[in-house]
Amino acid sequence: MSMQTGVVTSPKQLRSYAPETDVSVASPAPRVETAPSRPVAAQRNLRTEPGPVRFIIITLAVAFLSVFVVLPLVVVFASAFSKGVGAYLAALAEPEALSAIRLTLLVAAISVTLNLVFGVIAAWAISKFDFAGKTLLVTLIDLPFSVSPVISGLVFVLLFGAQGYFGPWLQSHNVQILFAVPGIALATVFVTFPFVARALIPLMQEQGTQEEEAAISLGASGLQTFFRVTLPNIKWGLLYGVLLCNARAMGEFGAVSVVSGHIRGETNTMPLLVEILYNEYQFVSSFAIASLLAMLALITLVVKTILERRLDEGEAVDGD
Amino acid sequence: MSTAVARRSTLPGFGLTMGLTLTWLSVIILLPLAGLFLKTFELSLDQFWGVITSRRTLSALKVSFGLSFAAACVNLVMGTIIVWALVRYRFPGRRLFDAIVDIPFALPTAVAGVALTQLFAQKGWLGAPLAELGIKVAFTPIGIFVAMIFIGIPFVVRTVQPVLIDLDPEIEEAAASLGATRWHTVFRVILPSLIPALLTGFALAFARAIGEYGSVIFIAGNLPNVSEIAPLLIVIRLSEFRYADATAIAVVMLVASFLIIFLINRLQHWAQARSPVH
Repeated sequence: MSMQTGVVTSPKQLRSYAPETDVSVASPAPRVETAPSRPVAAQRNLRTEPGPVRFIIITLAVAFLSVFVVLPLVVVFASAFSKGVGAYLAALAEPEALSAIRLTLLVAAISVTLNLVFGVIAAWAISKFDFAGKTLLVTLIDLPFSVSPVISGLVFVLLFGAQGYFGPWLQSHNVQILFAVPGIALATVFVTFPFVARALIPLMQEQGTQEEEAAISLGASGLQTFFRVTLPNIKWGLLYGVLLCNARAMGEFGAVSVVSGHIRGETNTMPLLVEILYNEYQFVSSFAIASLLAMLALITLVVKTILERRLDEGEAVDGD
Repeated sequence: MSTAVARRSTLPGFGLTMGLTLTWLSVIILLPLAGLFLKTFELSLDQFWGVITSRRTLSALKVSFGLSFAAACVNLVMGTIIVWALVRYRFPGRRLFDAIVDIPFALPTAVAGVALTQLFAQKGWLGAPLAELGIKVAFTPIGIFVAMIFIGIPFVVRTVQPVLIDLDPEIEEAAASLGATRWHTVFRVILPSLIPALLTGFALAFARAIGEYGSVIFIAGNLPNVSEIAPLLIVIRLSEFRYADATAIAVVMLVASFLIIFLINRLQHWAQARSPVH
């Protein structure tokens, strides 16, 4: 399949842009005829501030980010290793820690898979067809982003709790949803619901339907078209959505905390175990688990940056 | 977006994918949220009002909304300064600090919570020097404020950044060549054109802070009527099996965040109307 996408006007992506302070090279500043007394240097730097102002702004920005963002991250690792590497590794080898890691991986695998499938299906319906109420549908998909994590857990307690709508029925049929893996997975699916769809919809809208239409008119089936034409086009975007979805699924605290029941060694995910150990003053153990989650966040950020660059390049190739 | 969507698409699968989307959306998102609203109808209006206006609920709502607003204000100012430094200046580590902005998004909230608490606790790296100045951060409302600032900073930066990057350089060059001072150009020309993005970032940070739980509860102290946030009160009511009470508080918060989404949507329309280029 080697069809051209045609002209795709893509919005400029953040990272591909190299900002400049000195614009004199790129676009010569217009001559200032009316103010001949203006010094030459000022003309050249029409788009920047005086040196001291620049210095203050950069210092403020760097200081603020260092205190509020970098320091907390450093504290995590410093506290985790405060009693040495041995204590750190021992904390991670605790059965409770291992069971939390296992549960977190399981829940993430379930919710990422479900949201991956849903995200692709929803993005196909939304981006490849025109229909009334599309904006509303996208807003509804985005809804979990604006619901407090605690409320995201609460809704499932109201459905499946002992006093909930389906509680009595579930009890009489001996089905355990709350305070067990299904409840934790459901709450996690809820909070991570929009990630994949959100990453795909703008990308697929931009790519249009021409390639797929060509494939169909050449006799390909719907599924063939999707796997041979659409999927290769959206693979980086898909990965991007999955990456963010996974990070949130593994790190989710509020929603999971409400539905988990905190049964030791059974329904505690990693973030919940961080809380329990911290409240028991087992700081090294708590921060050891926290350090794993912090590393997950850092790796996610690095891969995200790489993927964003890929997505930019993809667009640059399309645009030419 | 000239090639967006065909008017009459010949592609297959619309019925199937649309049906699956609506079904899955209903089961996972809409039904549970509807259940929440349904639950509040078990309370009479008087009871609902009683829960909402009880001293403890009102204090919790006041703490959550008030501190979120204050934190969003700090984010607005500091976010603007950070965006300006990242977009307009070159300095060592600029790319690194650009990436660092996303950490509050990526770091699990519980991790942020214990880290901030450790940092600002009486013997912490920042808590100790602050204690000598007589400022107590951890386990006070100031702690909640600090956590909310942490969680909100990326919203302002990431909303304003693309707009500032795309800003037409000719406008400010024109302003300057017409004799405007740099100060004038920045405050009368550049910042006004950033207003929709700034307000959107502010609203997003505000909404996030209202609902925030994990990064706040460790550092908050959680003293009823003083440093207890609304999401925590929901959790407490749930653990007491006072479901209706928990639900009433949740509904108030949910309605507030829906209003904020609506506002953000309006802002986005306004921003689009103002810049016909995009």
